[in-house]
Amino acid sequence: MTISSDDLETLFERASAGVAVDGLRIDKADGEYTLETPDNERRDLSEDGLREALETCEEYVTNWRYWQESVGGEGTARRAFLRWCEHAPLPDAEEDTATTESLAVPARYDALRDGIDRQWGQLSITARFVDIDDPDGQRVYDLWHVDDADSDLADLEVYDDPRDAREIATYDEDGRYRPLKTVPTLVSGWAFTGLSGAELVETIGFLYPATIANWHRELRGNLDVDHWTETAERQTGIYDVIDELPREAVDWMAEACCVDSQCLRRREWEYDEDDDVDVDGGDSPFPCREPCSLVIAAARKWAILESEEEHTYELELTTSELNQLEELIDAVAEGRTDEIREADVNDGANRYRARYLRAKRVGEDGLEATQVDE
Amino acid sequence: MQALVIAAHGSHLNPDASDPTYAHADTIRETGAFDEVREAFWKEEPHFREVIRTLEADEVFVVPLFISEGYFTEQVIPRELRLDEWDPEKWESDGTSASQVTLEADDVGKTIHYCGPVGTHDAMTDVIVQRAETAMEDPDVGEGVGLSVVGHGTERNENSAKAIEYHSERIRERDRFDEVKALFMDEEPEVDDVTDYFESDDIVVVPLFIADGYHTQEDIPEDMGLTEDYRLGWDVPAAVDGHRIWYTGAVGTEELMADVVLERAADAGADIGDARETVRDLAGSVTDADHEPSAGTGAGD
Repeated sequence: MTISSDDLETLFERASAGVAVDGLRIDKADGEYTLETPDNERRDLSEDGLREALETCEEYVTNWRYWQESVGGEGTARRAFLRWCEHAPLPDAEEDTATTESLAVPARYDALRDGIDRQWGQLSITARFVDIDDPDGQRVYDLWHVDDADSDLADLEVYDDPRDAREIATYDEDGRYRPLKTVPTLVSGWAFTGLSGAELVETIGFLYPATIANWHRELRGNLDVDHWTETAERQTGIYDVIDELPREAVDWMAEACCVDSQCLRRREWEYDEDDDVDVDGGDSPFPCREPCSLVIAAARKWAILESEEEHTYELELTTSELNQLEELIDAVAEGRTDEIREADVNDGANRYRARYLRAKRVGEDGLEATQVDE
Repeated sequence: MQALVIAAHGSHLNPDASDPTYAHADTIRETGAFDEVREAFWKEEPHFREVIRTLEADEVFVVPLFISEGYFTEQVIPRELRLDEWDPEKWESDGTSASQVTLEADDVGKTIHYCGPVGTHDAMTDVIVQRAETAMEDPDVGEGVGLSVVGHGTERNENSAKAIEYHSERIRERDRFDEVKALFMDEEPEVDDVTDYFESDDIVVVPLFIADGYHTQEDIPEDMGLTEDYRLGWDVPAAVDGHRIWYTGAVGTEELMADVVLERAADAGADIGDARETVRDLAGSVTDADHEPSAGTGAGD
């Protein structure tokens, strides 16, 4: 028996106001109890009768205790997220936003013995029972990088304080600063184990700030999206200029910064309500509700650059050299310059190839090009 | 439930810019005074725009980790938090006396107590003095020593200099240091000429900045002549024009800053219990004789 007498006392107390969670219903009227589960309904029970009846649906009782007494927080993003972690029904969800099938208590209990895995950006989350052999309903959560899903825990740096996540989130594997946390450059090689629900949410709050809150708002159908024009017009100071960015530049900007290879949030903002940005928003579970501060800062640069006039230039290049310029741009844009082998002179973005082109075509005053449209 | 949000600038380029914010938030977390403590940033995440929705508490105290009243505290933060009823007039400030105003955040339906910046709070004076103590490794520092409080200053915002002058004047009134002088990077009197303004052999220079970065670690040391090139470092004290200059980093990194954040929230009605004592114990208190509790006096008195 994993239901303690304290828990039963609490359950009896709660029954007067009605208990209803995940298919378990207990009501009290005129001193008698009604117990309902998806498989069974018992009426007119005395306290002893209820006690006895509850032993036949222990899983529902320990499930009630976990969600109502341990987690609590009805209506909060924390509770909804923890329920999502184990495929529990999401009462907050608008019908058309509940995309995955939820599991009823017995199926969930089976799955929680093995652990239920979910993916959140580059994070892998496992929900499991504290005590697998004799589960009392208490869950804990493990968190690691998706790339470490098959790693031995002994090979990973193990943490249990959510605040340790800040350091993990600050640098990429080359030691470069990550100002935007949802860029897919989260380092691997670490694990948080045995987190409580609140600790899991706090840890993800450091790794992917505000993603759970915005996911929850979207789930409930009240995500407040601020499109490009609204966000740009709101800016002041040095960012006041960004609403001058041409319409088509917003597409180029989204392609440069916001696609899944650059940021794991799913872009929900468009140019404005009636004018979509012509770039795929991505398919992450968590939405991006307005252009982030990095996009704003970059947009300022582009707004200033786009205010320049276009000219026609003449410069001498072989066909291969023209193609090489494209290869160079592509290598930098895809961040693959580090992967190009030292002696791979067939790659136009190879360092020697670039240095050769510079030696040949870039003089002391820069690229030897002549403006021809004076 | 009550939550605390520490609102700071942050940086896209410098990972250390947010260190003081995290450090002070952690100190306050240790006290347990708030159900939730959250860092929020203009350039990092969570952004000002999205921080309030990450909180479960209905009552939120927002303390800007900024030095002076100005563009960020009067325009950017309230706008990004969606404090639609905000108007700088509501602070009824003379430039250094903003305490708090209670507003609703439009997107979440929560009560927001929007506080004045840490830099203008009276308790900040203690932090500057403590920084002088730690710089000279002398808890009784004062006699025979000149203190310079250095700020950014800018012709564009007169409040920037006001905050620096305000604390300088308060320290001067304590009659602890032989000389006290406010100096600036971008306006007169300039920090470049620091030795012209002091007769004392020892000058302790405390930069009133939130975080260490370009200004405190590159500009100011070079401007004062502590070093030819900031990359070579400098001595503490460093000999300049026959004076010894005791210069350490931004005052915002001082542990006692957490106390200023707490006081801002307490002035706005937060129930912080004995958290201030805990923080002062953690940070190592300034000497009692010098301690001026500001509770009840209100900022700007």
